[in-house]
Amino acid sequence: MKKVKGPVQEEPQTETSRRSFLNKLWMGLGLLAMVEFIALVATFLWPRSKLAKGEAADLIITAGPVDKFKVDSVTAFVRGKFYLARLADGGFLALSRKCTHLGCTVPWLPKEGMFECPCHASAFDIRGEVIRPPAPRALDIYHLFIENNVVKVDTSRVIKRGRFDVSQVVYS
Amino acid sequence: MITQSQNGFIQRLFYSIFPKILREGKDQNRYRGYLNTFILHFRPRNVPERTLRFTLTWGLGGMAFVLVTLLIGTGLLLKFFYLPSPEKAYESVLYLQNTVLFGQLIRNIHHWSANLALVVVFLHFIRVFLTGAFQPPRQLNWVVGLGLLILVLLSNFTGYLLPWDQLSFWAITISMGMLEYMPVGGIWLQELIQGGTEVGPATLSNFYAIHTAVLPVLLIFFLLFHFWRVRKAGGVVVPRGPDEEMGNRGETVPTIPNLLLRELTVALVLLAFILILSVLFNAPLESKANPGLSLNPTKAPWYFMGIQELLLHFHPLFSLFVIPLCMGIGLAMLPYLKYPSNPAGIWMTSLKGRKMALTAVFFAVGATIGGVLLDEYVIRCPSWMSDVPVYLTAGLIPFMVILAVILGFYVKTKQYYAANRNEAVQTLLILLLTAFVVLTVIGIGFRGPGMKLVWP
Repeated sequence: MKKVKGPVQEEPQTETSRRSFLNKLWMGLGLLAMVEFIALVATFLWPRSKLAKGEAADLIITAGPVDKFKVDSVTAFVRGKFYLARLADGGFLALSRKCTHLGCTVPWLPKEGMFECPCHASAFDIRGEVIRPPAPRALDIYHLFIENNVVKVDTSRVIKRGRFDVSQVVYS
Repeated sequence: MITQSQNGFIQRLFYSIFPKILREGKDQNRYRGYLNTFILHFRPRNVPERTLRFTLTWGLGGMAFVLVTLLIGTGLLLKFFYLPSPEKAYESVLYLQNTVLFGQLIRNIHHWSANLALVVVFLHFIRVFLTGAFQPPRQLNWVVGLGLLILVLLSNFTGYLLPWDQLSFWAITISMGMLEYMPVGGIWLQELIQGGTEVGPATLSNFYAIHTAVLPVLLIFFLLFHFWRVRKAGGVVVPRGPDEEMGNRGETVPTIPNLLLRELTVALVLLAFILILSVLFNAPLESKANPGLSLNPTKAPWYFMGIQELLLHFHPLFSLFVIPLCMGIGLAMLPYLKYPSNPAGIWMTSLKGRKMALTAVFFAVGATIGGVLLDEYVIRCPSWMSDVPVYLTAGLIPFMVILAVILGFYVKTKQYYAANRNEAVQTLLILLLTAFVVLTVIGIGFRGPGMKLVWP
């Protein structure tokens, strides 16, 4: 068939292109709305853990004067959820009470001189080093510092470590 | 004849609800007809008689539906008393049990239905698998079914925390601890679910919202889709003998009363069973959760005991991530493998398939128990090779050994029985599922304090 040029043929063409443009526009706006809602939901659910952190000052626990803690002893701090360990050489470590295996709370057994996890029988020594698996890493530690002979522990952030190292110990 | 205006108010109201035409002599049948057509919105008019046999479906799909209904009903009731905050949750459960009339009973029904639902859904999954009902045209519905299994599992898991007692707190703590071993995004996911770095108030809110709103909605949606796909596939798979051709649907009979009556019977027997169970046995409630004191032994919920048992033998990366992921992908891909035949409707594919299945079950039971004992008392891989990293000695090396045993079994049985791929793949899956069940049984019954092997 012969092509006929003229306004009669062109008009429906512009009609379709306008319609398809508007369709695309609506589709685009719909997608945009969807993205907005997804972002809204994500930000709504997301920052809960960040907000919970709150004031950092609250999370610095004053453990007490250095002399209060006997050498080669472990003191539990329930509020701070950590153990303050004073090693045989007088150095301090703030150990997390969370087992590195699955997160159970490890009690200190003074007689045996070790932490033993009741959940899967992992055991740690006074430095938090693994004596018995299945725990894969030494106990986590918190940042510990000594001001005017007073031991303070910053519990706002846990420090993960593979093994015990002397550099982790704080001396007065 | 009495006209409307001569009746009293109550009568007029009654007749407006039940029109006269339905009450008169011969039209009584029409009234029944209306009820039937309502039911036939959901069910086909006729069903193949052979699919009615109890030993085809064991009523498991129907039971799962009854249990979900029961769970939604009792769950709604519990919502009136439960308070989702760490200070009040445990006390509200105590109040419910001790003060509210039938409070303990409702909680027991919810508890036992939830646990039974998991068992029933698992058995349903086994039944569908063994009758080849994942073959075309039911491929997608198999995957949807797996999704439903996961939803029921998650519902159980999120509900486990809500009483906020020692049992639930520590079970959820160690289950969340398992996420840390996911190599990518594990810690991020853990924080997102917990709403913080440890199980606390935010975790309880999250679990409550997920348990009482998100999961039920998803569950109902996918259940309806699942049922619809069953209808689209022409109902449940038509059973046949190993030598019968496919496509012979046999005699059909009206759904009402043939199928309906059977379903009702199963539902009523199940209800009676749940009620008796709930009257006799209380749902467990230990003392209030104490984040400073772990239980000995702390066990994950019973349905995760298989995985926890794996955890005692493999590096967490493998027991929590690699092995479950492989199993999941394998199960989802099952209907999409290339098979030489479509044995849908034949129990265990063929007579040969049944023999092989039996072999696989015996081998799996023996090998799993043997393996657990060996690993417990003889093998000390990590200490024998102490300078090799743990993820090799406790992870990759044992995993490769197990994989070699499984592949060896697959190849050997396929050769020995001259089996086709249908039979061989089925045997392989039966081997793995049996091993999983055995591990779960060991974890539930044979692990005592310090997770040492004990006689129950």
